[in-house]
Amino acid sequence: MFHRETGVFKTSYASDMALYPLPIARGTVIALLVLFVVIVPLVFGEYYLSIINLVLISIVGALGLNILVGYTGQISIGHAAFMSVGAYTAANLAVRAGLPFWITLPAGGLMAAIVGAVVGIPSLRIKGLYLAIATLAGQLIIEWIINHVPWISGGTQASIQVPRPSLFGFEMKTQGELYFFLLFFALIAIVAALNLVRSRIGRAFVAIRDQDIAAEIIGIDIFRYKLIAFAISSFYAGVCGVLYTYYFGIANYEQFQLGVSIEYLAMIIIGGLGSVLGSILGAAFVALLPLVIRTVMESVGGFFFAANEMATVVSSMRLVIFGALIIVFLVLEPEGLNRLWRNIRNYFRVWPFSY
Amino acid sequence: MGEDSEFFFSLIVNGISIGMLYALIALGFVLVYKATEALNFAQGEFVMLSGYIAAALLTAKGMPVIGAIIGTIAIMVGFSFALERVVLRPLLGRPIVAVIMATIGLAAILRGLPPLTFGAETRAVPLPIGDDPLVIGPATVPPIQAIGFVVTLIFLGGFTWFFRKSRTGVALRAVAENQQVAAAMGINVERYFALAWAMAGVASAVSGIVWGNMLGVDVQLALVGLKVFPVVILGGLDSIAGAVVGGLTVGVVESLTAGYVDPYVGGGTKDFAPYLLMIVALMFRPYGLFGKRKIERV
Repeated sequence: MFHRETGVFKTSYASDMALYPLPIARGTVIALLVLFVVIVPLVFGEYYLSIINLVLISIVGALGLNILVGYTGQISIGHAAFMSVGAYTAANLAVRAGLPFWITLPAGGLMAAIVGAVVGIPSLRIKGLYLAIATLAGQLIIEWIINHVPWISGGTQASIQVPRPSLFGFEMKTQGELYFFLLFFALIAIVAALNLVRSRIGRAFVAIRDQDIAAEIIGIDIFRYKLIAFAISSFYAGVCGVLYTYYFGIANYEQFQLGVSIEYLAMIIIGGLGSVLGSILGAAFVALLPLVIRTVMESVGGFFFAANEMATVVSSMRLVIFGALIIVFLVLEPEGLNRLWRNIRNYFRVWPFSY
Repeated sequence: MGEDSEFFFSLIVNGISIGMLYALIALGFVLVYKATEALNFAQGEFVMLSGYIAAALLTAKGMPVIGAIIGTIAIMVGFSFALERVVLRPLLGRPIVAVIMATIGLAAILRGLPPLTFGAETRAVPLPIGDDPLVIGPATVPPIQAIGFVVTLIFLGGFTWFFRKSRTGVALRAVAENQQVAAAMGINVERYFALAWAMAGVASAVSGIVWGNMLGVDVQLALVGLKVFPVVILGGLDSIAGAVVGGLTVGVVESLTAGYVDPYVGGGTKDFAPYLLMIVALMFRPYGLFGKRKIERV
């Protein structure tokens, strides 16, 4: 946030690596917590909360993907499939065994982590575009399996209805109640990611991303850390899938197709690769984009398109704008929204002087 | 021949004839990768786009067929050219993820545009060829697939000659080998990049016409792009002959699994069997069957 670093001296490595780099950051964090825990649910109604809830879920998935792509440099085009693994694991456990969410959620994450690590095994031998295509294969194969094995997918529609999450007998039904449920997990995901990337594991990830052979020479077990990256990233994806399932009340493989994988890649590219804040900004941006497009098209689109075509027009517009945004960010601002935010912050940090 | 072996034979023939058409699409992909090391995830969308262009030109009044085909090729060449200039050139030297994502973004744009401009209905690409299928023993091959087969062979021969013998082709190979050294030798690297994309545009245009005639043009046509990946991986990303071998393998595997496995598992195996094969192949040969092994330096 906006603060000056004057007079803050770091005298140990521990303080240099601390989660709060400056004393004032504590205040910022408390202010943000108050904003999201108290003010947001009071100010916004059901409809807007339902959208914010989607953003919260996206944040979890985007964080996970950024750990893999942004920090470790291993591209995955199969993330939506890992989400579906988490979603169906949780849905099956919740419906057949009647388990509560605080068991199904980590179980879904773990299952996705195992599947993700298996899909990541080829990353030992192949990299770059070959790996990208191998994860694409993972996506298609997992999609097919879920769709064709009724034992997993629960019959013809390949969808399973799940009960609402409940805690101590209190069932979370309204968007406001779900908001706290999702906010809790999004916060855990953010704090865990922040801590992960400044730990030994996180630094090993970055070393592998920058030059994997060099990383191996300085003693990083590449295979192990690549698999860890896949597992952690897929764990996030699995949890994200479980949250989607509880949010919609249904697990359906159509929510987790190839397009979703690409949507999440778009989030971290627009937000900024290799940055936690970037994942959050990107997730919010991409999750809010369809809403903006729909609102705009509903108000002015009537002049250009017939009303009955509006649904296709909106979804096509969304694709086009997505694609254009990905390309624009890649070409003009490769470090994404995170960089834009840093630029703004740096400008105001010394304001009104130029440096 | 018994009934079983006849069934087997016709599956093989179908696999080969469809596999050659996969190879045709894969050619566009390999040409770009060979010269520029850019992975084009929008290859299927390129095919779809040229299908739309061909459909529009062929159904236009007073347009001779040959004119429409040349027009489609010209437009696709121009499109690839512009694309290289606007999108891919700024990404030179950036991590491979950036190029992959740029082409994925491009794919999204190309998939979103047709419903906005052409409408959602499927369009036909009418070509003046008969409907009588070619009969080879117990198997039948639609005429368009036979034409596609011949066209792919011509392309294969042409490009192989081009890369081996012609001055331009050798220069392109030099660029692919090492951009800096090639530039030092007086080769205009950027111009050859544009040329590689233009050649890929030709291959995409022809595959768009052939596939559009076979399946009809709508957004679904872009899905054939998903078939390209196992083809090029099996063949090796930078090998033109590999594209054909990969295409034939994928075509035959698809046809066989569709014939023998589908009845037991409820369909759809042909969409992922090639990928399974590809993963197995990657485990043993990480650079594809015919691809060049890269030596990395720290």
